[in-house]
Amino acid sequence: MDIFHTLRAIAVEELISVAVLVLLLVAAWGGDKAARAIAIAAVAVLVGAAVLTVPLLTGGADSLALFGHLKLDAFAAFARLLIYVGAAVTLVVAPAWFEREGEMRAEFSLLVLLAVLGMGIMVAANDMLTLYVGLELNSLAAYVLASSARGDGRSAEAGLKYFVLGSLASGILLYGISLTYGFTGTTAFDGVRAALGSGSLSLGATFGVVFVLAGLAFKISAAPFHMWTPDVYEGAPTPVTALFATAPKAAALALLMRVSLAGFGGQVAAWQQIVVFAALLSIVIGALGAIGQDNIKRLLAYSSINNVGFMLIGLAAATPAGAAAMLVYLAIYVVSSVAAFLVVLALRDDHGRAIESISALGGLSRTRPALAAALAVVMFSLAGIPPLFGFWGKFLVFQAAVSAHLVVLAAIGIAASVIGAFYYLKVVKVLYFDAPTDQVQGTEPVANRVVLLASALVLSPLGYLLTRWLGALAGTAAAALFRLA
Amino acid sequence: MIGIGHYVAVSAVMFVLGVLGIFLNRKNIIVILMAIELILLAVNLNFVAFSAYLHDLVGQIFAMFVLTVAAGEAAIGLAILVIYFRGRGTIAVDDVNRMKG
Repeated sequence: MDIFHTLRAIAVEELISVAVLVLLLVAAWGGDKAARAIAIAAVAVLVGAAVLTVPLLTGGADSLALFGHLKLDAFAAFARLLIYVGAAVTLVVAPAWFEREGEMRAEFSLLVLLAVLGMGIMVAANDMLTLYVGLELNSLAAYVLASSARGDGRSAEAGLKYFVLGSLASGILLYGISLTYGFTGTTAFDGVRAALGSGSLSLGATFGVVFVLAGLAFKISAAPFHMWTPDVYEGAPTPVTALFATAPKAAALALLMRVSLAGFGGQVAAWQQIVVFAALLSIVIGALGAIGQDNIKRLLAYSSINNVGFMLIGLAAATPAGAAAMLVYLAIYVVSSVAAFLVVLALRDDHGRAIESISALGGLSRTRPALAAALAVVMFSLAGIPPLFGFWGKFLVFQAAVSAHLVVLAAIGIAASVIGAFYYLKVVKVLYFDAPTDQVQGTEPVANRVVLLASALVLSPLGYLLTRWLGALAGTAAAALFRLA
Repeated sequence: MIGIGHYVAVSAVMFVLGVLGIFLNRKNIIVILMAIELILLAVNLNFVAFSAYLHDLVGQIFAMFVLTVAAGEAAIGLAILVIYFRGRGTIAVDDVNRMKG
């Protein structure tokens, strides 16, 4: 492997890291006045990275880079594009929001770019070392982003909670990695897979696998490691919450898929029960926890726990069809989250203060019909009610579970999704049938409206036009995951 | 003769102490930061011990990465703690409760 091949393979990482360094100088020079320009430049960098990533989507030869530490295959490309979408939307909506709350800081966009760089490394990781470095690059930027609204006491508290529990998760993950290394003698996923074999595991290796999965479960906010999610979602500035709900979730789920299907792929029996347990618990806790919530950001946090549970059902199947279903679900979920948080960003009273209480949205359909319709589409889609597009993701996941003989899991999942529908429909009821409170005022920037319209159209029944295309891409990506080196 | 088992046992004890330090500590957030460092040290001990045992350098390189990242993590943790203290005037664990439910 020559150096030029490697340099070409990691072109995206080079682009983003060089751009971050240059923009850092611009930020030091121009101060916060340059913040808006830096945000625009950062979106341009993400578009450039996406252009470089798209050719990998259709598969072809996997290219290993950096001595096999990174594997840039169709799977990494699929996950990276979802990450870029989430981060780009955050960068588009952030300047207007921060300027209303005080001041847009120049370093905000840089931290988002650094997090994106880390997430890109995570989803392409082919070795425990790159996994860890990517994960920490993402997490360290995310801790700062969560506490970036310095005037708001809740933001600092969110950052603190995220930091403590995130560091604990990294510690658990690392302890698992160290045990895996000790009992297999290698940190490369292919080597771990070969060393673990498909026979019975030694006690130490079992502990390693369990600790690695527990650490990653923290990062995807799967129950029973979900307790940080509602507080962080509520306390972090809303554009940052929109980022947390999309990009890091996609990255961590992709990483979990890569680790369990490629690294621990020969030992499905060892981790399947854990994933099934986490899936069911996430679905139930996500659904029950959301019922009493009045804060819409907290509600969306429980909704994300609930959705992660459904995605884990696809992982539990441990088949290419299950992985493909999970990727389709993930793509739809990213679009739903983008739409949901754009609506949350639009909720302000006549003094420009953010409204987060659901009861303040009463009768929104009469005062702001378009906004109410968009939120209703998101809620119906998240609940998985046909003919909206959210149904398609749930359908594929359950289909994969049934064909992998996990019929009981699928049945419990479907039953629990009815509980989830309750609180989604409760929001729709407030929007359409409650007395108007007339609190939501103000208009949105054009960019926000365009993104909201686009994502609501994808979630509407028109989304089914994408199924063939999205299914083919997810199928290629999932196949790359199962291809042995 | 001290073998690999002794190292792994010490590391496991340190790891458990670190995790307990996070969950049982009801006083001070600085103690939580120390507990996190203890966990990372347990991991490093594991890596270095396994590295020597397996005659394989990867573990020691990994330990270097962990040390470096731990330094960055501690810096960010303390910075967040400073912002938090400025806003609230306390760093007691029991007072971190503005959001609940």
